[in-house]
Amino acid sequence: MNTTKFALITIVVGAAVMAFAHWYSIDYLFFASYTILQFIVLATAWNILGGYCGYVNFGSAAFFAMGAYSSVFMHKFYPLPIPALFIVSAIVSGIAGFGMGYLTLRLRGSFFAIATLALAVVLQTLVVNWEYVGGSRGAYIIRPESIEFAGITINYIEYLFGLMLLLTIIALVTARAIERSQLGFGFATIRDDELAAEACGVPTLRVKLIATTISGAFMGMAGAPFPYYIGYLQPSSAFGLEYAVNSIAMPMIGGTTSWVGPLIGAILLGSAQQYATVSISSEVNLLIVGLMLVAFVIIAPNGLIGLVQGWRRAWRKP
Amino acid sequence: MDISFDLLINAIAAGLLLGAFYAAVTAGVSISFGMLDIVNIAHPGFVILGSYLAYFININYGVDPILVSILMLPVFYALGALIYQVYYLSFEKRGQEALRGLAFFFGLLFVTEVALILVFGVDYRYVEAAYIGPSIHIGLVDLPLRMLVPCVAALALFGAIQIFITRTFTGRAIMAVSQDQLALQLMAADPIRIKRIAFGLSIAVAAVAGALLIIIQPVEPSVGREYIGRVFAICVLGGLGSMPGTLIAALLLGIVESITATFYGPSWAPAVAFGLLLLTLAFRPAGLLGR
Repeated sequence: MNTTKFALITIVVGAAVMAFAHWYSIDYLFFASYTILQFIVLATAWNILGGYCGYVNFGSAAFFAMGAYSSVFMHKFYPLPIPALFIVSAIVSGIAGFGMGYLTLRLRGSFFAIATLALAVVLQTLVVNWEYVGGSRGAYIIRPESIEFAGITINYIEYLFGLMLLLTIIALVTARAIERSQLGFGFATIRDDELAAEACGVPTLRVKLIATTISGAFMGMAGAPFPYYIGYLQPSSAFGLEYAVNSIAMPMIGGTTSWVGPLIGAILLGSAQQYATVSISSEVNLLIVGLMLVAFVIIAPNGLIGLVQGWRRAWRKP
Repeated sequence: MDISFDLLINAIAAGLLLGAFYAAVTAGVSISFGMLDIVNIAHPGFVILGSYLAYFININYGVDPILVSILMLPVFYALGALIYQVYYLSFEKRGQEALRGLAFFFGLLFVTEVALILVFGVDYRYVEAAYIGPSIHIGLVDLPLRMLVPCVAALALFGAIQIFITRTFTGRAIMAVSQDQLALQLMAADPIRIKRIAFGLSIAVAAVAGALLIIIQPVEPSVGREYIGRVFAICVLGGLGSMPGTLIAALLLGIVESITATFYGPSWAPAVAFGLLLLTLAFRPAGLLGR
């Protein structure tokens, strides 16, 4: 199946989801599914660098928060419609991804991971000290009740949900297209053996920088509508632990080698967490995600997809 | 800005005390990351675990926190050895340490933090000891015992590790294991065993660092995250695996951070380590005393 066909199919599926949600029309459904879609984008973005290229980014929360705070900044500086905010956030986070990559990817692989870990702490320090975007007190963003759209008035949360759905489709189509392109093969050679890739003429640094930029940009885009979604953005929620751990745990649990893994992982973990946050407590649910991450990397290194493939093979053999 | 002289002197003195403590926190990472090539980003998690153990026993039984950490050394050593065994069997043996090994340690860090939140809550905890509170004055300089005692303990610990690593067979084997495993095997030493010992040692050191941390400042579970940047910045700046380099880099970071906190406000201090890390990576990735 080529990319155009796949894109058409996902758009049809997305439109069906949107139509169903609009018909069902419960605000909570939009709130909950928005979060799940946001995690699909984050997990897919993480996987473009982590799964395809083999470089771990621990700073997903930082890139996400960069997107969210770009929106807050634009909101105060010159209010733009949300689709334009996606582009602003993508540029800001993409540049950050490129810069981080440029400084650390020329060295040993683990330096990039360490630098991204520290990046979250430092950006949080900057935001806490930056009064213009609310500092440590946080920033209020008053969300309009509804929005006029081609003559129809739709609920604002539904509008946000629709935009997130669109972003999810773009992220999935991009991830799948990369996987099958020359670029994707370049990523895979780097993941499997960087020295051999370099020797075969893969421009490794350039390819890695493309990966960090795309991955960072998508994480930023996932964060762009977040201030409007939550209404009150403070540093501790934008840099929340759940973004860092979930965007790693979801692809790892789903499977990192293809675009399906992060999607499955995000839907499973995301909906389980939506359920657990309401019924148990948010700390217990994060603990469970952490334990699952540790268990999966030890027991099922290729995630759920790997498990299914293993069973299939075992089924066929005898 | 007018920089008053005694403020500067005091900032430098406080920075040196802080730096010695940073050296104790980094010593474990210098062994695991610097010598064994194991990117143990969960190290600060174990430091905080050590803090909470010291806190728990200190509050309930009144035992001195440093003494607690020394008594806990075997426990943390065993924990470290166990973690290495799991890490070796699951990742190192299969050659998957780059992606999954890192995710494993990240998961450990995360689980420790959330578990501590669940057990102790997010309140700041502190210990009680006779030396918390009073300070010594030497001329212009003000040395709080709260900082001086951890500094002395940290330097003693650091010295002990340095002697162990350079003077004993096992210590030298630890330095050798990252360079040439085959040669080590020819010397009749099992590289996996040596690595297990070294990793256990690095986690045991974390326990002591944790006790020192809770003497210096009140601790809550997420404090560990601030130390990730610091610890790796020191480790890289010092030159991977070089213990003297680690000490110099730690003192340097302590001084720069202390001066930043004094003249620009303490909320900027966490950014210093990161700036230092990026500068090091950009200009001298081998570090100060790197090979």
